[in-house]
Order: sequence, then C-alpha cells, then structure tokens
Amino acid sequence: MSRAGDFRDPALVKALVAAVRRDVEALGRPVTLMEVCGTHTVAVSRSGLRGLLHGFVDLRSGPGCPVCVTSETDLDRMVALALAPGTVVVTFGDMVRVPGTVGTLEEARAAGADVRVVYSAEGAVRAAAEEPERLFVFLGVGFETTQPGVALALREADRLGLENFCILSAHKTLPQALRALIEPAAGGDARGGDAPGGGRADRPRLDGFILPGHVSAVIGRRAYDFMADEYGLPGAVAGFEPVDILVAVRELVRSVRAGRARVLNLYSRVVREEGNPRARAIVDRFFEPCPAEWRGLGTIPASGLKLRPEWERFDASVRLRAALEDGLARARARAQRTGHERLRRACRCGDVLRGELLPPECPLFGRSCTPVRPVGPCMVSTEGSCAAYYRYEGRGDRV
Amino acid sequence: MNVDREKGPRDGAGRGNGRRVTLAHGAGGRLTAELVREVFLKHFQSRHLAPLGDSALVPPGGGRLALTTDGFVVDPLFFPGGDIGRLAVCGTVNDLAVAGAAPAYLTASFIIEEGLPFEVLERVGLSMARAAEEAGVEVVTGDTKVVERGGCDKLFIVTSGVGFVLPGADIGPSRVRPGDRLVLSGPVGQHGVAVLSQREGLGFASSVRSDCAPVAGLTTRLIEELGPAVRWMRDPTRGGLATVVCELAEETGLDVFLEEEVIPVPSDVAAACELLGLDPLYLANEGKVLVVVEEAAAQRAVDLLREAGQADAAVVGRVEEVVVRTPGGTGAHGDRRPEPRPGAYLRTPYGGTRFLERLAGEQLPRIC
Repeated sequence: MSRAGDFRDPALVKALVAAVRRDVEALGRPVTLMEVCGTHTVAVSRSGLRGLLHGFVDLRSGPGCPVCVTSETDLDRMVALALAPGTVVVTFGDMVRVPGTVGTLEEARAAGADVRVVYSAEGAVRAAAEEPERLFVFLGVGFETTQPGVALALREADRLGLENFCILSAHKTLPQALRALIEPAAGGDARGGDAPGGGRADRPRLDGFILPGHVSAVIGRRAYDFMADEYGLPGAVAGFEPVDILVAVRELVRSVRAGRARVLNLYSRVVREEGNPRARAIVDRFFEPCPAEWRGLGTIPASGLKLRPEWERFDASVRLRAALEDGLARARARAQRTGHERLRRACRCGDVLRGELLPPECPLFGRSCTPVRPVGPCMVSTEGSCAAYYRYEGRGDRV
Repeated sequence: MNVDREKGPRDGAGRGNGRRVTLAHGAGGRLTAELVREVFLKHFQSRHLAPLGDSALVPPGGGRLALTTDGFVVDPLFFPGGDIGRLAVCGTVNDLAVAGAAPAYLTASFIIEEGLPFEVLERVGLSMARAAEEAGVEVVTGDTKVVERGGCDKLFIVTSGVGFVLPGADIGPSRVRPGDRLVLSGPVGQHGVAVLSQREGLGFASSVRSDCAPVAGLTTRLIEELGPAVRWMRDPTRGGLATVVCELAEETGLDVFLEEEVIPVPSDVAAACELLGLDPLYLANEGKVLVVVEEAAAQRAVDLLREAGQADAAVVGRVEEVVVRTPGGTGAHGDRRPEPRPGAYLRTPYGGTRFLERLAGEQLPRIC
C-alpha cells in the first residue's frame, strides 16, 4: 500500500472514529474543535469526516483559507488595479470569484481588464518577462506556505532586472490571527463563562485547534506554544489525510479530557520544531510585518506582510498609488450609496468563527448574505461555517 | 496577405505549405469553394455532402428523430488524446447517443479567425472525419465563415446532429425508480486534466490523455440488449460526474448516492488533482456515459460495457427514496423549499457522506 494509502485506510479511520466517540462519551459533553486551515477543511469535507463525527465532535472551519479572509478593501484594490490602463493582474485561480464592494476580478475581466490565472508567482514573472510593454501586478495572497514562493519570484524579477513586475501584498500570517480569535473568548473568564462580545455561557467554546501542516512546515511547531501557555488551549499540528486529521482529533479530545493543554506535532514527517528557517529568511529579505485587515475579523496587528521600503519598486501600492486611491474612493462611495458598508459592519463572522454564534443567528444569514452574494468569509468559502450551514440545513441526518 | 494559390495541397493532411486563411476565404467566392474542397470535402466522404447544395437531402430513418447542437471553443485546439475536431464530432454524437438514438448525420459550421494556418484546418478536418467514421455518422452539410483577427479565437466549430431513436429505447427521468443502479462506463477526469495540462503548461500532468471518443456504440449495445431496463443516460462532460448526478436527482426528485471507492480515477489524474486542488468528480469527460439501469440488469450492463472494451466499467451508485425533508417547509433562514429535497451524495470509503453540489462556474484551482 502506498504511503498516502496508509493514511487513508478505511479500517483505521473507522477505528479512530470509534475511539474518539468513546473518549467524548467519557468526557460527557461534545467537543468543539477548529480546523484552522483551508486544506484541512476541504479534506474533512471530501472524506465525509464532519458527518462521521456529527453529534460528538463539532469541527468548525477557521480563518485559514487565505482567499476567504482577504478583505473587501484589498479586493477593491485588486479590481482597481485590474481596471487601470496598461496593467495585467496575475492571480491564483480562486481569487477571481470573490466579491469586494465593487464586484469580482471575473467581472472586471468581463469588462475588459486583463486578469490571468497562474499556478505560481514564478509564472507571473515569466509572463512579465515576455511582455515588457505591460505592467504585471501579481496578487500576493496566502499564508506562510505561499510566501516563500512569492519571495523567490521577487528574487527572480530582481535578477532579471524586470521593471514591469510588481506585487500587491495582501499576505497574512497565522499566529497573530489565532491569538485574536482566542483572545475575546478566553480573555475574560477563559472558556465557559460569559465572555465579552456577546458570548454565551451555554455555548460550547472552542476546545482546541487542529493546526495547519503546511504553514507549520515553515513556522514550526513552537510558534503555537502561546496557545497552551497563555490560554490553556490544546493544539495539534496535523497532515491532510483522513487518518492524520482523526489522530489530531483523538489527541485533542484526550487533552480536553485530561485537562492538559499542549501543542503536539502529529505531522513530524514534514514539520519540525523550528520550522524552515531558510524559507523564513527569504521571506524576511523582501517583507516585513504590518497590520492586516481580515474579512470578518477586522484589522489585526502584525498579521500581514508588506514589502520592505528598499523593494518599493516591486510594490504595486507605491507604483500604482493613484489608480488605487481612485479605485478605493469609488468603492467607498458605492458602499455608502448601496448600504453595503452597513452590511459589512453587521457581519458576525468573527463571532461565528469564535464559536459564540451559530450562523442562522447572524442577522444577515440567508438574507443579505448568501453563497452567491457573500458578505463575510464564512459564507465566501464553500466550506465556511455559514456556507456549510446554509447548504446542509435539513440534511443533518444524512451528512 | 500573400496567398500562393498555385501550390495548394494536393494530398494528405499537414500539407498546408505555410498558407493561412484570409478574409477572402470567407467571402463566398472562388477561394471559399477552394477551402471547402481542399480541406473539408476531401475528408468528409458522404454522397449527401458532395453535391454541396444549400441543404443536404437525406432519406428518412425509422423511429423518432433526435436533434441536438453544440458549439466547440476549446483552447488549445490540440491536446493529448484529441483536438477540437474530434471533440466537435464526439460531443454531438454523444448527446444523441444518451438520448437513446443512433446518430446518423452531422452538420458542421466553422468560424475561422483570419490568419489560421491551412495546416491546422486540415488536421482538424481529418480528425473530424476519422471520429465521424468511428461514430458511424456522416457529415452532410456545413458552412465556413472567416472573421477578422480577434473576432474569435483561432477556430470555433458548431456541430448539429440528427439521430433516430432506437426501437426499444424508453429513456427519461420519469422512468427512474428507487433501487435503480448507476453504471459508469470508465474512469473520470482525463479530458479535464489533459486540456488543463496543455493550457497551463503543466508538465507533470502531460501523461494524461483526453478520453474523447464516441459512446454511441456503447449506448446502442446497452439498449439493444437491455431494452427498457435502461432508464436514463447522460455523458458527464462539463461539470463532470458530480454535476450529472445532481441533474439526475433534480430531474427525478429522488436521492442519488455515489460510492467513492468504486469510482475509477486514474492515478495520474488523481495526482494532478491533488497538486492543483481540483476534484476529479467535477472534471470534464468526453467519452464516458453514466447509465441508470434497473437493479436486476446492473451487472449485465457492466459486463456488456466491459465486452465492448470498457475495462473499468462499474456500478458506482444507486437511486434511493428521498429521506431529507425541509422541516416545516421553511428553513431557519426563511428559504422556503418544497419538500421533499432530493440531493446527490457521495459515500466515502470511511462511511462518511458528502453532499454533492453543482459548481457555480468553472472549477478553479485552490491555493489553500
């Protein structure tokens, strides 16, 4: 059996589910865990794990899909760049359909903008080298996993002396966002009491986190120790096969039962304690931390990356400042006019992510916020809590 | 553009001698006639086409007529395992086949971008002719138009097809019953990955070849052997197998369950999907058919498909009575849906179940 095969062994999966169920029964209450990473979310959904654990472990999708947490302001910037004369916007595929306040990149393309999909930042550099008369803007979206690739592309653009290549950095980093997510719930009376911000005592709080394997390969297991040390929450770095994910669930449930908070590395075939220092070094060479706006969560200090000042020739926010300002002003005016601004403020995705609110309890859910016209990240991602709730409602006994 | 008319191709494909199609080739005059003669007539052997009248006059066949039409705009024009010409024949032939018809005649309309090399057109024409022969159809009439550069992308083909519904065929969503089985003729995802790998230059996926092929031989055999035990058929093209089972659930008002473990996915397709974040169930196929058959005939259907060379044919799922109903007729979000709510589901090898949905549009590679 292949390596991936072992981690997909149905008998092992069934045994693990049974073990988890026994532990939860012994605990006497259901356990709520957050899988932070978008790839985990998809793996959980594809393998049907959510349904297998239904009733005893509630798996919630966290803010780990970089596309879904890209703010509407950043999306408006991207659309503005796409519509600026002479530019080509180059992006990963799943960005093109996410709406900002003035629509999507796909709609901008239909209106005549040159928007191209690539599979790597390096592809964007190649395209720029082939068409020197046009200005290529790569949309830098993603977590620690994709950032080294973008940094390498910048190094290549520098080596080639490309003058027609720049990036719009909307990169996010995970640890600060996790802290922001934990903070309001854990801040007052840890997990259980009435937390500030509309939390309720009768709601299960988050009991622990399934941490992203790929991001952790770069930042290392140690980067999450603060969860256990400062907030008493367990975490488990996990791979992406069903067995990987279930082992993480089992270990987290056991930690909850034992009242023991640790951050475990269950993906040691890829992840090291200290991560990948070389990958971090190349990122550091080009980028520095900055505050970042997260869709649904607001602005979180030091949770984003911007280009260092010495690389500003690659910085679209410097080179195309006028186009960006114009575009944003138009977007703001439109948001005011259409009432979209009010909607954005009313979005409760942050509370849904924290486990303080069920999706239908949000005033926008199913009314002004639907999978076709999403407001917050939980509805943008097809596997986000709100989108899944919208879709699966009434199917609970089957899925 | 300088066209050297003296050195027109005399024989075989791939002898374009560097000539390119100009607007004059679409003007309806001598050059148009030359183009039709040199590129198309040479390959499409049909006594109905040869007279080049404004309409093809064909004899009536038995049974009800099946009619269909489809436009083909694939980019790139050539991909591993096929090309736009083969696709234009197979796509239309397969639409007739899954209606329970034996395909008989095709029409073909070519919209050509100025500057297209003759050689390309010849290769496409030859490929169409071969596919038509394989499918047992005749191309009986056609049209060519040339548009200015930028007016279309290289070459678009529209084909229409006429077929005659086979005696004994009784196919439609109203005939599907709970307990019926889903039989799939072969592995999924090859066409989608083959086209993507060419379009995006994904070297690692270049071993995947499109499955582009006519399925009329298969469907005809199934109907001849199993008659009304064949309830419903569809070719899982755009949107893939998942989309087709969603359509089946919607059209029949019944639940449809696929068994993930038995759905054949070639290992190179699976690998490409994993790298790109794509789901093989949503990738296009161009030479497969999904057949709903009576439970008792399911194994026989698989055997017939295997005898016809479809080694991976398998029973991949079943139709069931709808269980899920909208509670009280209203969702918590005020979304009133009539009960019952049929759906398409995938049972995973782990005993989990996943709800399958139609895609909003084209499947996009994920970064996360």
